[in-house]
Amino acid sequence: MKKLINRVEDVVKEELEGIVAAHSDLVRVHFAPNYVVRADAPVSGKTALVSGGGSGHEPMHGGFVGMGMLDAACPGEVFTSPTPDQILEATKAVSGGAGVLHIVKNYTGDILNFEMAADLAKADDIEVEAVVINDDVAVQDSLYTAGRRGVGTTVLAEKICGAAAEAHASLKDVAELCRRVNANGRSMGMALTSCTVPAAGKPTFDLGEQEMEIGIGIHGEPGRERRALATADEVTEMLTRPIVEDLPFKRGDKVLAFVNSMGGTPLIELYIVYRALARYLDGVGVKIERRLIGPYITSLEMAGCSITLLRLDDEMTRLWDAPVNTPGLRWGV
Amino acid sequence: MAITYDQGLSFVQGFGAAIAENKAYLTQLDSEIGDADHGTNMDRGMQAVLAKVGSLEGADLSQLFKTTAMTLISTVGGASGPLYGTLFLGLGTATTGKTELSTEEWSQALDAAVQAVRARGKAELRDKTMIDALQPAADALRESAQDGATLEVALAACERAAEQGMQATIPLVARKGRASYLGERSAGHQDPGATSSWLLVRAARQAFTADT
Ligand SMILES: Nc1ncnc2c1ncn2[C@@H]1O[C@H](COP(=O)(O)OP(=O)(O)OP(=O)(O)O)[C@@H](O)[C@H]1O
Ligand SMILES: [Mg+2]
Repeated sequence: MKKLINRVEDVVKEELEGIVAAHSDLVRVHFAPNYVVRADAPVSGKTALVSGGGSGHEPMHGGFVGMGMLDAACPGEVFTSPTPDQILEATKAVSGGAGVLHIVKNYTGDILNFEMAADLAKADDIEVEAVVINDDVAVQDSLYTAGRRGVGTTVLAEKICGAAAEAHASLKDVAELCRRVNANGRSMGMALTSCTVPAAGKPTFDLGEQEMEIGIGIHGEPGRERRALATADEVTEMLTRPIVEDLPFKRGDKVLAFVNSMGGTPLIELYIVYRALARYLDGVGVKIERRLIGPYITSLEMAGCSITLLRLDDEMTRLWDAPVNTPGLRWGV
Repeated sequence: MAITYDQGLSFVQGFGAAIAENKAYLTQLDSEIGDADHGTNMDRGMQAVLAKVGSLEGADLSQLFKTTAMTLISTVGGASGPLYGTLFLGLGTATTGKTELSTEEWSQALDAAVQAVRARGKAELRDKTMIDALQPAADALRESAQDGATLEVALAACERAAEQGMQATIPLVARKGRASYLGERSAGHQDPGATSSWLLVRAARQAFTADT
């Protein structure tokens, strides 16, 4: 294993120390239990947004804490959900009296730990609502799975709902909006290489030189199928077609197109994918109104990408454009 | 023969030792159908438990199990933190005020604990989870106890059932947890959580049949 780390046990702690050293104007970090809050938390009278999950997906979620996005993020160990006490303390630290929204990605660990935390917060008289993001079309949403995973749409939901909360929308309205974003977002990802969890010391799976995994999640887990390596244009179509057919996205729909790096894939390749995506969507009459291109929800150093399409309405577009000031996303300020 | 507090303590400590010994193995199993962290997760939690339980002055079995539960919940994360936390909380709730347990009482406590894990995770038998080791273990223990078996015989049956349940997860297609994302590709691999649950049941047999 070759990584720029000091000690395996210190990876998450030292990353958080780095974040606070770099961005103390935007965020504060609490240690043991670990959580990141915006510098001016709690904001009185504002619905607070809390998310969290395993570390290893940076900049998500800690990099999305700040004005116009999350109030708090709870980073677990690498690829491991945070614990209920962590989530509870973060919830208390940002509660401004207008309730707290938990944005939870659909993984058994995240669901169980956030559920326990919400129970504890309610016992402390904090109003909590949870919205579960499950946008990954690679997983069948059936009785035979834990349901679709939460992936790329999470980033878009945090931005859009963060803007609504900044404008003092109520907990009920922000939760409703979050469900609407989730209902209109679809994603799919692929891997060219595996990644190495620091504590495991070796790659989670082996991929041959001429192979790729289609339908991966964001935890270095193998995907639904292994295929022979293909060109960027072919891969883009393999990811986009199931996304478009699933919702389905229709002629005349306006979308936000999000091309995401899994961590190891450089922008030069993401733009080649974006080019193919734009052509594909043009061919089916779907109009790209907004776009996000870069590493935003990653899987350590994995090479590969994911594509997310979000069907926009006017309110979502307006909230997407609203100012945001976080370590990971910043515009309009 | 009753199960004493010291045996309860050596069960918890034995489980911690077994997890430490099998940390790499559990993580290896999780890398095949999960995200390569089950051994690391469980070991982080049980090391924290080991640091605490040795020095619980004047505790009863319930306090021992509840302390174990709360420590796991606050240190493990993942799916297994709340699930094993719930399991030990179930054991703790069922043993309130007890400093000793009969075979029937241990069986009732394990039944309640497995029920609580099922309620939290909503997994059924053959979903390829820890339930596949725990439920048969609880069933075998209850049946042996009802048949009037000795503690040794009942615990041996319990451990055997857990081991068989663990092995029976190999051909299954996962329907809960991370492994379910793999669909058919999850078949042919042993479930990591069922494996750690077998270690738990084995630790109980070893501790409760040893002289203290
Ligand atoms: N719903 C469930 N009910 C019971 N057991 C479950 C359930 N979901 C998963 N498990 C068990 O949990 C084990 C995985 O535990 P692990 O510690 O690896 O957590 P995880 O799923 O990887 O979560 P995270 O990624 O958040 O760490 C599985 O092998 C399975 O036995
Ligand atoms: Mg795991």
